[in-house]
Amino acid sequence: MIEAHQLKKTFADKEAVAGVDLSVAQGEMYGFLGPNGAGKSTVVRMLCTLLQPTSGTATVNGFDVVEDNDKVRLSIGVALQDAALDAKQTGRELLRLQGRLYGLRNAQAAQRIDEVSHIVDITAIDRLIGTYSGGMKRRLDLAAALIHNPTVLFLDEPTTGLDPTSRIRVWDEVRRLNKELGMTIFLTTQYLEEADELCDRVGIIAAGKIVAEDTPANLKRSIGKDVVIAVVDRTDAARASEILRGVAGIDHVDVQGEEVIVSADNGSAVVGPVAIALNDASIQPRALTLRTPTLDDVFFHATGARMDGDSNDDDSQITDQKGAQQ
Amino acid sequence: MSVATTTSTQTGNAIVASEAGFFRDIASIGRRAITGALRDPEALIPAVIIPAFFYTVNLGALRDYTEANSPGLDFAAFQLPVAIIFAVTGISRASTLVIDIQSGYLDRLLMTPVRRSALLLGFMVADLLTIAALCVPVLLLGAVFGVKFATGIVGMLLFVFIGAAWGWAFSGIPYAIALKTGSPAAVNSSFILFFPFAFLTSAFIPAEALTGWLQTVARYNPTTYVLDGLRSVVLEGWNATAMFQCFLAIAGVAAVSMTMASLAMRGRLRKS
Repeated sequence: MIEAHQLKKTFADKEAVAGVDLSVAQGEMYGFLGPNGAGKSTVVRMLCTLLQPTSGTATVNGFDVVEDNDKVRLSIGVALQDAALDAKQTGRELLRLQGRLYGLRNAQAAQRIDEVSHIVDITAIDRLIGTYSGGMKRRLDLAAALIHNPTVLFLDEPTTGLDPTSRIRVWDEVRRLNKELGMTIFLTTQYLEEADELCDRVGIIAAGKIVAEDTPANLKRSIGKDVVIAVVDRTDAARASEILRGVAGIDHVDVQGEEVIVSADNGSAVVGPVAIALNDASIQPRALTLRTPTLDDVFFHATGARMDGDSNDDDSQITDQKGAQQ
Repeated sequence: MSVATTTSTQTGNAIVASEAGFFRDIASIGRRAITGALRDPEALIPAVIIPAFFYTVNLGALRDYTEANSPGLDFAAFQLPVAIIFAVTGISRASTLVIDIQSGYLDRLLMTPVRRSALLLGFMVADLLTIAALCVPVLLLGAVFGVKFATGIVGMLLFVFIGAAWGWAFSGIPYAIALKTGSPAAVNSSFILFFPFAFLTSAFIPAEALTGWLQTVARYNPTTYVLDGLRSVVLEGWNATAMFQCFLAIAGVAAVSMTMASLAMRGRLRKS
């Protein structure tokens, strides 16, 4: 349903997307996970025909995004990162305009507005959009993306900036569209739990490249079953990681700042040896935590940096900490 | 959020997307622009006040003097076309287009199958209606000052048509600036272009009374020929030469401004 081969985009001298390969099946919910500036939105904008790739090819619903861009537009629905709405339109006017531009007759547009209006607060649909809350705007944006019954739905960070209640409402609707209607959904997110909760498969993108791709469960499994985190003085972190590499049962050791991150198949079995090894080296951990891996651990494992879902910085979030890896 | 909602796809009564068609695209975009204009009436206040102010002040200051020195001249009728030019020149929804660019709304439209040319033309349909509406208070003011059309009611309608056509022809310039820069300040600054177009003409005295460089500039200023055409309708009666030159001037300005807007749109599409 969505295919991309070595998709690249360069702005001036900056390579925003550095060769992305994608294959998303019909009815699949695929998540693009990465921090701001990783290239997620640029990939979406190329797939939605808003940007021409610098090189590489991509098809959506079988249509080339450059050569058959008109056909691509007819088959996709898109809600971009910032809900781009006209504050001086009402919700109904926006949906009607959207429907008319997709060739819906007036009666068809009215029918579809009725069908998608449950996504928007029905009492607000005839109010000016300028009076909507952030959550209502995002839901209206989603409704507008669905007005023409698209085959493929692109959602660029659909819940960024939403309160938890609104976020769950959007999740519920996205799940329903995928499960009940079989809609293929390509979503980008910087929220780990969102990718984990919603997506059949996740591609982790950093610095314009996919660095890992699989089901959330497989991705987490790929770095070991458990994670033990020891918080130590920053000056002791490198020495601690060197020591822990020699402890039996530990698969992998990473360092980020004050955290020494240990991957192991049996976390509970190595917590004791980790504490003893650190104590023997006169390193007193301030905290020792055992947990199962998250997608953030997968991201860290692949890039050497942590995701920061609430930050608004650009690529600077992906700091080069490979040197700190052991 | 209801989970039980049934969509048209599920019921088998599938509503699917298709291309709407060029004219329907224009109508859809134009309808949105007109609704926006109606909800933004304060933007049109200067276009009503400025021509009324200049018209009233010019008549108060110059009517007696000019008519005394130009026997037979109806200065109120002579100045009415100037008021129209002041009212309609530079009127556009270009500032809305800039907001659309900045907010990402233009991207929303560009992801639909809408024809790219219909995006601009839809805005211009709204401009045309707005400009025609702005002619009405000027005509009423002229009536208050006793202006009568030598060509009657048909001439009055033609007068409005010429005003609307001129306003539309000029509107390509602010749209070009909006698309090229995406800057509200640049669009607002485009108002400066109004001054040479409006003042370096036979706006206040007949062209033959102008002297030196101003006469030369006025001769090459298309607004002069639009004013002459409008004046012929009010003062003289039907004058084929004046009409031809008037519409030729409008067509020339339209060709230049619409080419600029079209190129700016292409540039914007390449950039996005």
